[in-house]
Amino acid sequence: MTIGSFALYGLGLIVVLTIAAWIVKRVAVVVAPSDYAYILKTAPLTAWFGMVVIFIYVMLAVLAPVFAPFSETAIVASEYEPWGAPYYLGTDSLGRDMLSRLIFAARNTVGIAFLTTLLAFFLGGAMGLLASTLGGWIDQIFSRAVDVLMAIPQLIFALLLLTIVGTNVVNLILVIAVLDSTRVYRLSRAVAMNVVVMDYVEAAKLRGEGLGWLIRREILPNITAPLIAEFGLRFCFVFLTISALSFLGLGIQPPTADWGSMVRDNATLITFGDPTPLMPAAAIALLTVAVNFVVDWMLHRSSGLKD
Amino acid sequence: MADTDEILLSIRGLKIEGRSEEVWSEIVHGVDLDLHRGEVLGLIGESGAGKSTIGLAAMGFTRDGCRISGGTVTFDGIELTRSSVRTRRALRGKRIAYVAQSAAASFNPAHRLIDQCTESAVHHHVMSRSEAEHDAIDLFRRIQLPDPEDIGFRYPHQVSGGQLQRAMTAMAMSCRPDLIIFDEPTTALDVTTQIEVLAAIRDAVEQFGTAAIYITHDLAVVAQMADRILVLLKGDPVEEADTRTMLAEPQEEYTKSLWAVRSFKRPEKPLAPPEETPVVSVDHVTAAYGTLTVLHDVSFDIHRGRTVAVVGESGSGKSTAARCITGLLPPTEGTILFNGEELAADYRKRSWDHLRQIQMIYQMADTALNPKQRIRDIVGRPIEFYLGLKGKKKEERIRALLDQIELEPDDFIDRLPAELSGGQKQRIGIARALAAEPEFIICDEVTSALDQLVAEGILKLLAKLQDDFNLAYMFITHDLATVKAIADEVVVMKEGKVVEAGPKSEMFRPPHHAYTDLLLSSVPEMDPDWLDNLLKEREEAGVKIESAGN
Amino acid sequence: MQLILKMILQRLGLGLFTLFVVSVIIFSAVELLPGDLAQEILGQSATPETVAAFRHELGLDKPAIVRYMEWLGGAATGDFGKSLANGREIAELIGTRLANTLLLAAYAAVIAIPLAVGLGLLAALYRNTWFDRSINIFTLSSISFPEFFVAYILILWLSVHAGVFPSIANINESTPLWDRLIRMFLPALTLTLVVTAHMMRMTRAAIINLLAAPYIEMARLKGLPPRVVILKHALPNALAPIINVIALNMAYLITGVVVVEVVFVYPGLGQLLVDSVSKRDITVVQACCLIFAVVYILFNLIADVLSIATNPRLLHKK
Repeated sequence: MTIGSFALYGLGLIVVLTIAAWIVKRVAVVVAPSDYAYILKTAPLTAWFGMVVIFIYVMLAVLAPVFAPFSETAIVASEYEPWGAPYYLGTDSLGRDMLSRLIFAARNTVGIAFLTTLLAFFLGGAMGLLASTLGGWIDQIFSRAVDVLMAIPQLIFALLLLTIVGTNVVNLILVIAVLDSTRVYRLSRAVAMNVVVMDYVEAAKLRGEGLGWLIRREILPNITAPLIAEFGLRFCFVFLTISALSFLGLGIQPPTADWGSMVRDNATLITFGDPTPLMPAAAIALLTVAVNFVVDWMLHRSSGLKD
Repeated sequence: MADTDEILLSIRGLKIEGRSEEVWSEIVHGVDLDLHRGEVLGLIGESGAGKSTIGLAAMGFTRDGCRISGGTVTFDGIELTRSSVRTRRALRGKRIAYVAQSAAASFNPAHRLIDQCTESAVHHHVMSRSEAEHDAIDLFRRIQLPDPEDIGFRYPHQVSGGQLQRAMTAMAMSCRPDLIIFDEPTTALDVTTQIEVLAAIRDAVEQFGTAAIYITHDLAVVAQMADRILVLLKGDPVEEADTRTMLAEPQEEYTKSLWAVRSFKRPEKPLAPPEETPVVSVDHVTAAYGTLTVLHDVSFDIHRGRTVAVVGESGSGKSTAARCITGLLPPTEGTILFNGEELAADYRKRSWDHLRQIQMIYQMADTALNPKQRIRDIVGRPIEFYLGLKGKKKEERIRALLDQIELEPDDFIDRLPAELSGGQKQRIGIARALAAEPEFIICDEVTSALDQLVAEGILKLLAKLQDDFNLAYMFITHDLATVKAIADEVVVMKEGKVVEAGPKSEMFRPPHHAYTDLLLSSVPEMDPDWLDNLLKEREEAGVKIESAGN
Repeated sequence: MQLILKMILQRLGLGLFTLFVVSVIIFSAVELLPGDLAQEILGQSATPETVAAFRHELGLDKPAIVRYMEWLGGAATGDFGKSLANGREIAELIGTRLANTLLLAAYAAVIAIPLAVGLGLLAALYRNTWFDRSINIFTLSSISFPEFFVAYILILWLSVHAGVFPSIANINESTPLWDRLIRMFLPALTLTLVVTAHMMRMTRAAIINLLAAPYIEMARLKGLPPRVVILKHALPNALAPIINVIALNMAYLITGVVVVEVVFVYPGLGQLLVDSVSKRDITVVQACCLIFAVVYILFNLIADVLSIATNPRLLHKK
């Protein structure tokens, strides 16, 4: 496996995915009900590319045992076997099948990142909505606390906290979720603020509506679009942070298959000119690009000019 | 007052398309117009008439998302729609200049006035920088800006709105263009400030013999400024004539209806007997935002079935008074009485019944209706919330309310606000207020965002509903025409204080308080000689125009 | 001017306060450590007497507030105490590593800032052309790539394959400057690629956000060409957001070096931090975190002050 052919494979994959995206777009426009067909038709090819890739990842993650030829942790051959059947992508530093671990890692890495983002969203979103709707001292306390938490660089803070609580999956999820919820708080508070100042919210307050009604019926429906886009962005960020931590050996721990630590474990191969360890890194990159493409399109649709 | 018969600008069959959601649709459908050197043409129409778009097209310019799809624009022999970008750019600023609606937004906050006023002249090599500076100061003087020597060296945020608007006229004049497009230059200003800007613009145009296209929705303003008027409706020309002819004898139905709008007047009701308890009584209220006191010891009463108009310019405290009544801004001193009973200062401490009795209709119907709720939910919620009606009974009530606001229930009940016109949205706002079955409604500038014909419909509806339900209205407005149409009593406010109060018939009859007088006399009238007469009168009376502005 | 001074002083005060709170957080993080620090270090076999003696040596028997004051006082004078893992002076461990990290960050910044702002302005000027679109796809991709992916691609391509730059950035104090710059090129390039994309996108967005402003339309209606409109009329008003995003990315550079340092085995602060975290060498982690946090807060503070100082509305008060 040389660099040249590796790059060629990569390019080929991108071309195939792009063609797939194009075909799916044609089909979707014809099949979809007319209300949605218009939105789908105007989606750029990059967004379709993103959606197709995300779909493939989700399938891989859900059906990992079906696709993977070997088990996640079994040592099946000697270490660093070259590419070739039955180890299509060779074996790793312990002699485990690369392809199988790549597929299982989709489930582990993406699943953990997704859970973390979800948790961060519930935490940050709820606090942001409360702060913007209630205002006053609650808003002050939440906002100042978040200011201070955000004054420490996130990766560094995560390292500090992980030193203290120790590195395991639950701690990892909790620490990253809490740290990332500060960003979610900022955004959800800001977008909710734009809605809270609207006359229809004032009208509802003057009617005597309670907090629950204000948040669920008046505010939330009007901020779902930016929140969904933000969910995509946060997912990318969390996903990259967790991968970075795993790469540093401080995230998801062995023997769980995970893309970040797979790069770390097999990095020696790179100095011999073998790009195999780049495949898990490329898997991370491809998914993040895909999510970003979709988010970019959504942001463009909702506001046009936001970054 | 054209100097010559030479035609400066000639537009033929102009068609412009606008894009929304990737689809192009025509918004101007073939407009012809001719403008002679030194002539002022008034373009008038309601929103969506395409007046600004046509004005910009006269410079060979379209905003992003618009394109010229047909016709020609010929300026002094140059066909702009077919000429190169470079040719058009060479004309802009130099031979055709533009004066925008909001001067505060159209001056770049990062540069001093003088830098921006000399920019065109220096860029187009009309003058050197120092010549341009001298010339700009000279223009500031002619246009009667205070401190003409120094004002240019200030930044836009350091100068008042009225002065900025005049400075923008000076900026447009810097290259002595042949044509200036004035795009609603006084719409964003208070009436008393509007006068000085109108006078300045007219003087400047006359002095230099500049031709102008004056775009506005205000008939009385255009009557002062234009030699000739072209009326537009939804991108089509309706009628064109000499100003005096147009005012005296409009030919088309649409023009006549525009002219007639200001004729709606509801007869004034007699004062309520003194022993009757007012529905709402504002009793010596003082209120502040933080440390800034914005209401000083304000008192007035509103009686059942009557309309009290609270009039004032921006910053007069009229909306703050409403916020005190609704309980959004608890007053620092004084109380609000409802049927003689003291209301809690903070709305959160008021009973549901008190909340129900005081309803509000907002200025911007766009932001007053939740865009994600259907009409059924918007109007239905107060019925369910206050009256406890559900299911079929609620549905019947919603339909009855829609009937009352003259919207067909079957057609409208399942629509979203985005599927309504501006006037229809405002009607839904009224229905939502009525649904609570209140005794008192605050109408906060409810017609100022609407076109005149639509606004008149809303005023008539409000008057009808008042008679049907014996409602008390507090009508906040800056527009004296609206006051004349609907008020029984008037409260004039300035800088957080009540300047004058009384029945409408007394208020519009001299003698007035000096400020009321200034306010009343500043409202433009349809008479083309009104501005001349007024300026002469004020000069004789020794009223300095400047004092009105700031 | 009075007002602007007051605002700047306010920001400085706020920055100091934030620093104080952050130092408390970092310090008390250790207090939250489950179990006893001395016991943990010495292991379960240690006798209660040795543990007590060790506690005394670490000063753990003093009240937390006293220890905090001592720790902070020491940190302010460059004395961070001793490493728990090997007993060496932390100041000694950090010494040149901090300088190395700052050098690497500065190296990347010198390339990245002009590149990002320049490309951002060009993309805004030629918005919606093929140039803008391809730049959009490129930047979107590069902010999506994990740093180690970019780093290994560069190693594979420029080091293993082409052999132009070394894959390991092993420098020491005696390395001559030119040699240093060569050895540090790949890590610096990695960092540059990562931050340029973000800064460029934000610069473009900041400019394009303003293009709908009436004063931009006014400038176009004066017959000014697009280049002048963007440079003279849009850029001065977009300075505050651009400065903010630059500062944010500088701060990010300082912390983002952690991964890059590990990949290139660069003797910087980040690598020390990662090593210490895996050894659970708390005192060193504390010291590194404090330094990173101080730099980070400092950059944000500078950005705050600069965006106040470039705002004409604040500079020229009524």
